[in-house]
Amino acid sequence: MNLFWQEIINGLFVGAFYALVALGYSMVYGIIRLINFAHGDLYMVGSFVGFTTLSVLFGRGGNMVFGLALAFMLAIIVVGLLGTGVERIAYKPLRNAPILSLLISALGMSLILENGVLVIPGWGSQFLVYPFNLPSTGFTVFGVSVTYMQLLIFVSCLLLMGGLQMFVQRSILGKAMRAIALDKDAAQLMGININQMVSMTFLLGAALAGAAGVMAGLYYKEINFMMGFEMGLKAFTAAVIGGIGNIPGTVIGGFVLGVLEALGSGYLGSEWQNVFAFAILILLLVFKPTGILGEKIGGRM
Amino acid sequence: MNIGRKQRLPVVGVALVAAALFPLLFPDPYYVELGVQIGFYMVLAVGLNMVAGFCGLLDLGYAAFFAIGAYTTGVGMTRFHFSFWLTIPFAILFAAVAGVIVGGPTLRLRSDYLAIVTLGFGEIVRITANNLAITGGATGIFAIPPLRLGSHLITAKIDYYYLMMFLVVLGVMGAYSLRHSRVGRAWHFIREDEDAALAMGVNTALFKLYAYITGAVWASMVGAVYAVSMTAIAPESFSYSQSVLILIAVILGGLGSIPGVLIGAVLVTALPEILREVSTFRLLIFGILMVVFMILRPQGLWPENVRGVFKPMPSVPGARPDGATYSAGGDGD
Repeated sequence: MNLFWQEIINGLFVGAFYALVALGYSMVYGIIRLINFAHGDLYMVGSFVGFTTLSVLFGRGGNMVFGLALAFMLAIIVVGLLGTGVERIAYKPLRNAPILSLLISALGMSLILENGVLVIPGWGSQFLVYPFNLPSTGFTVFGVSVTYMQLLIFVSCLLLMGGLQMFVQRSILGKAMRAIALDKDAAQLMGININQMVSMTFLLGAALAGAAGVMAGLYYKEINFMMGFEMGLKAFTAAVIGGIGNIPGTVIGGFVLGVLEALGSGYLGSEWQNVFAFAILILLLVFKPTGILGEKIGGRM
Repeated sequence: MNIGRKQRLPVVGVALVAAALFPLLFPDPYYVELGVQIGFYMVLAVGLNMVAGFCGLLDLGYAAFFAIGAYTTGVGMTRFHFSFWLTIPFAILFAAVAGVIVGGPTLRLRSDYLAIVTLGFGEIVRITANNLAITGGATGIFAIPPLRLGSHLITAKIDYYYLMMFLVVLGVMGAYSLRHSRVGRAWHFIREDEDAALAMGVNTALFKLYAYITGAVWASMVGAVYAVSMTAIAPESFSYSQSVLILIAVILGGLGSIPGVLIGAVLVTALPEILREVSTFRLLIFGILMVVFMILRPQGLWPENVRGVFKPMPSVPGARPDGATYSAGGDGD
């Protein structure tokens, strides 16, 4: 029984990552109906930015808390800007093009980010060990062990997601975003600047992915240029589980996927973990393609 | 760049003779090996072109079907001592079943869902091959017996060169006749405007499934040949980047254009060989090309001759400017 609860707790922590990355997919999909294939790679770039920041800082004997804060900040800023850049270069010129062209362009962008990282000196194709080691101490509640690291990551994820939800629901910019998601043309007639709002959506989604990237580096302790590929697939699955385009749904989807996957790998063996996750995606599309809280997606092809 | 009907025969003839003479003029094993490589990418690109080019379905896990065929033949011949020909029906069956399982539910949804589901499916197949004992795990299957034609064992690379040439011709002929059939016209209609096709009574979900399964079965048969020609297969040959390379050949060459995708296949295989020093950048270069092409030239290097599919009425010759308008498929939102 302890294994069961331990897997559930582990799944919740991993699910928090999934949710954070999935939010970027979901917001972009909600506003321009595009699956941004490059999103997982933005998360990967965030991880590398954090890696370099921490390496440079700790190489000079910097302060730990300050270093972490700076790593998060830089990752959020750099990846956020990169996200808007991706939209400007690869998606904006194609906004009225057939959806196939847009998807291919997104795929090209994903290849550019993955293989661009290979070219940057100090990054390359090898697995890099994250230059930060939070003591793996923790505590035990009801026979389930939790490390402080997990708790830290979990709380940061919740804060970021709460902040996003507040922004979208309470601020005037968030209101504009929701208006565009509902009806692009009507929103434009009401004086909302679509281009600006799309840029902002990409900025926000990418920034969250950047933060998630740093957390992943801290949590898994190893990063690689292909880590975004797998994460992108998982996050998309999470978004579909919860209902793509719906923010609370996406967060729920992240946690559901994390827990299901943890249970699956706990009982089937970790080498089947990804097969399990992607099989869930296919099964879900058979039985409930709209996800838990999603809008109808059938009809429109 | 379109060739008229009259010039087509000599051009095809010259290309065939050149391809047939190539290994005789350049008997260097390196060139023959490269020729076999190009042949595999050509037949796979022709197959994916039926899915992505003719019907407009973005399949990001095409290598999975290639893997299904290769592993069916590999396992069948080494573990069960089947003959090559006996493994083919199984390869077809498994690919078709997998195609129905993956495509059936997904093709009813928005077309971009297919892209991501096929991506996941590609990973499922690769990881499964990597984990199972019968597929040899990460080392894969080796010592696959050679192909036997009558009493002749095909082992020499040059034999495979001509076998691949034969498969390319077969695939191209099949693709041409499919494109001009009722099914091909339905695919074209779906690609150009799915809602209109549905409104005109085309069973879009069914025809999309046909396209997906046709591509799947073809890739699976090519995979079977791959297994006997390589004599060893491993999961890494069927990774995501393999699927992406085949797709790049189709996109850069020209979605829907058969001569285009053949050129694309040559490009994808030969470019990294020519630019050896920058081989680490090849996917970066291809990525940049994909974005640039989609923005500036979505029809690819050698655009599809749209007029060849829907012939204009005799009374209005040239009603459509020749190949001038072409949209890469799907619909605008």
